[in-house]
Amino acid sequence: MTSIFLFLAGIGAFGGWWLAKQRLTARPWLEEGAAGEFPGTEALSIPAAKIGLGIFLAVVGALFALFISAYSMRMGMPDWRSVPMPRLLWPNTGMLIMSSVALQWGVVAARRDDLDVVRVCLLAGGAFSVAFLAGQVLVWRQLTDGGYLLAGNPANSFFYLITGLHGLHMLGGLVALGRTVDAAWRSVEPDRLRQSIELCALYWHFLLLVWLVLMNLLTGWADDIVAVCRALLT
Amino acid sequence: MVDVPLGPAGAVPPTEMEDMELYHPKSWVTKYVFSQDAKIIAVQYSITALSIGLVALVLSWLMRLQLGFPGVFSFIDANAYYQFITMHGMMMVVYVLTALFLGGFGNYLIPLMIGARDMVFPYANMLSFWFYLLAVAVLMASFFVPGGPTGAGWTLYPPQAITSGTPGGQDLGIILMLVSLMIFIVGFTMGGLNYVVTVLQARTRGMTLMRMPLTVWGIFTASFMALLAFPALFVGAVMMLFDRILGTSFFMPAMVEMGQQLERTGGSPILFQHLFWFFGHPEVYIVALPAFGIVSDLISTHARRNIFGYRMMVWALLGIGALSFIVWAHHMYVSGMNPYFGFFFATTTLIIAVPTAIKVYNWILTLWRGDIHLTVPMLFALAFIVTFVNGGLTGLFLGNVVVDVPLSDTMFVVAHFHMVMGVAPILVIFGAIYHWYPKVTGRMLDDTLGKLHFWVTFLGAYAIFFPMHYLGLIGVPRRYHDIADMAFVPASAHTLNAFITVVALIVGAVQLVFVFNLIWSLYRGRRADGNPWHATTLEWQTPETPPPHGNWGKEQPVVYRWAYDYSVPGAAQDFVPQNQATIAHAAARPAG
Repeated sequence: MTSIFLFLAGIGAFGGWWLAKQRLTARPWLEEGAAGEFPGTEALSIPAAKIGLGIFLAVVGALFALFISAYSMRMGMPDWRSVPMPRLLWPNTGMLIMSSVALQWGVVAARRDDLDVVRVCLLAGGAFSVAFLAGQVLVWRQLTDGGYLLAGNPANSFFYLITGLHGLHMLGGLVALGRTVDAAWRSVEPDRLRQSIELCALYWHFLLLVWLVLMNLLTGWADDIVAVCRALLT
Repeated sequence: MVDVPLGPAGAVPPTEMEDMELYHPKSWVTKYVFSQDAKIIAVQYSITALSIGLVALVLSWLMRLQLGFPGVFSFIDANAYYQFITMHGMMMVVYVLTALFLGGFGNYLIPLMIGARDMVFPYANMLSFWFYLLAVAVLMASFFVPGGPTGAGWTLYPPQAITSGTPGGQDLGIILMLVSLMIFIVGFTMGGLNYVVTVLQARTRGMTLMRMPLTVWGIFTASFMALLAFPALFVGAVMMLFDRILGTSFFMPAMVEMGQQLERTGGSPILFQHLFWFFGHPEVYIVALPAFGIVSDLISTHARRNIFGYRMMVWALLGIGALSFIVWAHHMYVSGMNPYFGFFFATTTLIIAVPTAIKVYNWILTLWRGDIHLTVPMLFALAFIVTFVNGGLTGLFLGNVVVDVPLSDTMFVVAHFHMVMGVAPILVIFGAIYHWYPKVTGRMLDDTLGKLHFWVTFLGAYAIFFPMHYLGLIGVPRRYHDIADMAFVPASAHTLNAFITVVALIVGAVQLVFVFNLIWSLYRGRRADGNPWHATTLEWQTPETPPPHGNWGKEQPVVYRWAYDYSVPGAAQDFVPQNQATIAHAAARPAG
């Protein structure tokens, strides 16, 4: 359970840092008066949707951290046989990086109000993402063709489960991206559009980060770290 | 009367906050069924949760009938008994308490108490309820499928949860349970994001975090915890579903079932226990923290006294929230874990008693020399304090490994967690319903019926659960369908079991008085004005009662003070609402 522990410690540290700035040591019973007299206590200037996404990402992060915890506990059992990593994962990772870059480019373009570039970037981001998902499905087929079936070994089961869940999150993101593309074509308010693109980009960067961590875990490069973490708790 | 301006506070700075954009329903269906108004969603959540609560109550009756009078009711066989246990536990913990505190009270109180017009994501909020309802429907459907619901115990421990010896293990029961939980978690995540972001972003002018009522602090902290804890249950549920349907071995060890070697190898049942309790322990506080918050407000209001140690109360809430994530394995002392592990978790468990005790002391000190009004909500709040202390103290026993190991599988544990997590929060829920019903409906609940409901419930709960501790101490095991023939169980234990069952039937029946009161008062109850308890918090200051869509009429309120200005020395009234700029002094009142 080390990874979820570390993850929550990170969340806790951030929460503590934020709370520390909220005048939690105030004596509200002595402070009568209107707003504005107590600096730093108003609502945040970040839009609600962005904070909402931030907290949602913390939830998704906890979900994957828990899977990683379960993975590292389970791989200590004697029946564990690692899955050989199909090479296709590399181009897939490339696709994911490209989609993230495209959306970041879209954010920059949206800040310049360059609607044409925004549209191209959004489409490119979507296309790379679809390519990533298609690539992941191909990886699955290669593995099943190679005899690495879901129930064959816990390592296989985790591989399908974790990549599948990551893919599902990407599919959910594609729905949001689709709505943003639609908004870009209907020329809604530039501010709203910019916010939607920023949210999409943030989500994609997050999924990329999660993927890089998962890649390390599934390919076995992180085995030493996992072993150290497990040793800490047992 | 002279208004005394307080420093530069007299002038209100021009509004810098944009008013919220509101979705306006256009038809009856979007107004009352697929509503995006947090208040309607709150009522939907509450009615659904209370209905499920009644089902779970009947299940507990059936269990008690079997324990009190074993063999008399032939339809309660061992399978049925385990199914009742499982469904009763899961329904009460997740589908009643969590849903009622966060979905019900959270939705109703957060926007009103912080002066917002609605939740920040009303559409997601609506979806949250419909997901919850779907989860409930899936769960209830398991009563009607072949094989019936799962009988794995509410903790759903593998491998027995998905083997053929357990009711529903190889049928649809366990699948429906897991799917229902997953739907619930998805729905809750949508609601939880709303509660947290609304508190962060939609507070009205002047509502600093440290001016929020403790109810909002409690629900806010609990929502955040739930957002981080429920994924653990989700992960466990997905993996067990894979084990059950697709034949994987995440949790399933190599085992022989009915003389047959199963095609499973090496899975780890302990892994599930870790995941389950990583959710399960914070879950206790997800239920308790809103109860702590609500009870603070009830006590302060009905004792006409500012809450003692407000800052400490907030810090304790946050401290408990953080600590509750590092105590989970105290539910697993008997799982054969490393003794150093047990030592660590026993220590953290005992540490969590410190902030909890701070809260209890502060409630008692709030009552000290207060002007205590023994209204029905106050009675329930006081009963909560006593019950929570009782349940908490036995928790200190069980938190120690050496005491827990012999008591772990006895009725002592059942008595402990029912006191601390069953009865105590339910008392707060009742108190809160009596307290806020006038705001929701515009009418008061009947006082006499309320007192009848309170006394029978409170005394009855003690008559049920106090003797149960004793049963545990003499070694009566829990999770057993029939203890009639056990040599080590004395005859007196059977008499006590029969007594507990009779009381449980009475306490259950008196809940119907409560349901009757809810319905009768809706039409015949005494009309309530906007602020019948003379409370300070914003929800009592709405221009109309019940508050309409948008809550505040033309302008959102402005907050000038904290939530607990009761009995301020020299003030004309014994309460000063949060949105009142200046205190009218009694001494300055013109004579005659």
